Amino acid sequence: MELQTTIYLVVGLSFALYIGIAIWARAGSTSEFYVAGGGVGPRVNGMATAADWMSAASFISMAGLISNMGYGGGLFLMGWTGGYVLLALLLAPYLRKFGKFTVPQFIGDRFYSQTASTVAVVCLLVASLTYIIGQMTGVGVAFSRFLGVSKDVGIYVGMAIVFFYAVLGGMKGITYTQVAQYCVLIFAYTVPAIYISMHLTGNPIPQLGLGSDMVGTDVSLLQKLDQVVVELGFGQYTTTTAGSTLNMFVYTMSLMIGTAGLPHVIMRFFTVPTVAAARSSAGWALVFIAILYTTAPAVAAMAKLNLIGTVNTAVASNGDLYAAESSLKAADRPDWMKRWEVTGLLKFDDKNGDGRIQYYNDKTKDEAVKAKAEAAGWKGNELSVNADIIVLANPEIALLPNWVIALVAAGGLAAALSTAAGLLLAISSAISHDLVKGVFNPNITEKGELMAGRIAMSFSILVAGYLGLNPPGFAAGTVALAFGIAASSLFPAIMMGIFSKKMNKEGAIAGMLFGLGITLFYVFAHKGLFFIKGTDYLPLIGGANSFFGITPEAFGAVGALGNFIVAFVVDKFTKEPPEHIQHLVESVRTPRGAKAVDGRH
Amino acid sequence: MDKSGEAYWKATLGLLTKILAIWFLVSFGAGILFADLLNNIHLGGYPLGFWFAHQGSMYIFVALIFIYAKKMGEIDRKFDVHEE
Repeated sequence: MELQTTIYLVVGLSFALYIGIAIWARAGSTSEFYVAGGGVGPRVNGMATAADWMSAASFISMAGLISNMGYGGGLFLMGWTGGYVLLALLLAPYLRKFGKFTVPQFIGDRFYSQTASTVAVVCLLVASLTYIIGQMTGVGVAFSRFLGVSKDVGIYVGMAIVFFYAVLGGMKGITYTQVAQYCVLIFAYTVPAIYISMHLTGNPIPQLGLGSDMVGTDVSLLQKLDQVVVELGFGQYTTTTAGSTLNMFVYTMSLMIGTAGLPHVIMRFFTVPTVAAARSSAGWALVFIAILYTTAPAVAAMAKLNLIGTVNTAVASNGDLYAAESSLKAADRPDWMKRWEVTGLLKFDDKNGDGRIQYYNDKTKDEAVKAKAEAAGWKGNELSVNADIIVLANPEIALLPNWVIALVAAGGLAAALSTAAGLLLAISSAISHDLVKGVFNPNITEKGELMAGRIAMSFSILVAGYLGLNPPGFAAGTVALAFGIAASSLFPAIMMGIFSKKMNKEGAIAGMLFGLGITLFYVFAHKGLFFIKGTDYLPLIGGANSFFGITPEAFGAVGALGNFIVAFVVDKFTKEPPEHIQHLVESVRTPRGAKAVDGRH
Repeated sequence: MDKSGEAYWKATLGLLTKILAIWFLVSFGAGILFADLLNNIHLGGYPLGFWFAHQGSMYIFVALIFIYAKKMGEIDRKFDVHEE
């Protein structure tokens, strides 16, 4: 069967499965399938959480970025999994005991202030919207390949489908749909990895294959990769850090506390049956997430080796990488390259006019590499590959069967759509319930509330789609910005609400505003005001990464530290919280007496 | 009873500190700060520091959450604050 037909078929079948389950679950007893208080055990809830959590950034973008960054890319791996430890230990069981549905509700009650709750809504909106921009970037990549159109058209189509998907709504709330999405997604991710690992190392388990020797040699895969990339002028794969050790440290920290501070992740733990289940649910979620996350570094390294091996035949033969005949003839380039050229995400430009493709780092500082490239008549790198396409193109690069390529397309779409839709629902409920009903118009009718939610959702899609056309970075990089924002604003407030009995509303509000403000100030300086191209103001802060070489994606941890400090200083000079609040904190700390969740959503 | 509440919180914080210490050591310690040093040791084809950053810390995180859930359950019962 034709590749394109197979893709349509597999994607179509996977969507039919989700919709089928949604209809079946509705037809059965409704309450049973909604998470709250139902018979959903921690394992199933963990799987659903994993599907909800792993978005286009995890599925489509992350391995590609690791592939480019090498060792430094480990910050995504550690950051996005280590956050679950914080979530399980510091937040989930206590928020579950508190027994409300949304983060702004907790902040509003704990800090006995409508203002605190409103500030929390603002933080939530900024973080979620930034997150969706990253998702739209990923959706654009997936659809452009899926439909064979340019990335921009891919985003328009994606916007329409996300809108449809989110307005349908119900799909998202049903745990078993997410379980199905998880299964498709994880199957799609691991199957090609197993194939490729088997092919390169003879070991079918990618996690072990990455640490094994290349088939038929006694050179380990990582050693081989290191040698090839260094010879082509790239940084050594296993040691190149992300900027600096300090930057990697704070970047990882930002992602960790951002994970624990992101409202749509926290919300999952409000709805498990007991406090004990909230603790183990986080563990199960991480088990299912780790299956993908421990496979990703193998995908990254192997895709890099395969990609270089495709354009340079000397990789396989251990010959001279700079020999004229080693470079791939442009006319002989494989079909997958041509397919991706249509999307504009892979570009080939024959700079020296020899009809062959040279792929190397032409900006290297390694004089030996420069000399060799010059001697070989290379006039610059001729192949540019967008990091966001690596995972989707991976099975094509490895020349795997069509059904595997189709499966990966289906997995990518499932990941992007489920998370985008989930975030849109979080945004719409924050605006309609926490903001419009809670603050501006408490007498609003149910119908009006629903309307406000829909309008908020449509507006968010338009904004995210528009900014997704000129994204502030790769999907995973943009999503990392969202984590930084959540890390600097919401995480400290929630944590202090639980671990400090004396923290008062003035402290919490000042902390959140400071954390959010300083982080946005630093991020917008690099990426433009509200991520609009051309409105950046780098000279004002003294150039890029001027704060100790910390990149904007990594700044969230600094913002969070500032948040804590400001909160404690303001707290010192203002009056302590009322007696009943201190009792509330005490009761939140002990599991006994946890009731089913009330409030709405 | 109030004393018992304080003791319970103290036991909880003690457990959190221990678990977070390991959490910090494997990721920020072995995976980042001491990665270069550990890279001199090899685990199969993996340099050890690289392994901690790209594999090992994640396995340990999973184990940590389950250990925490189990120990916390024990503390809950010891202080008689567990859910019925």
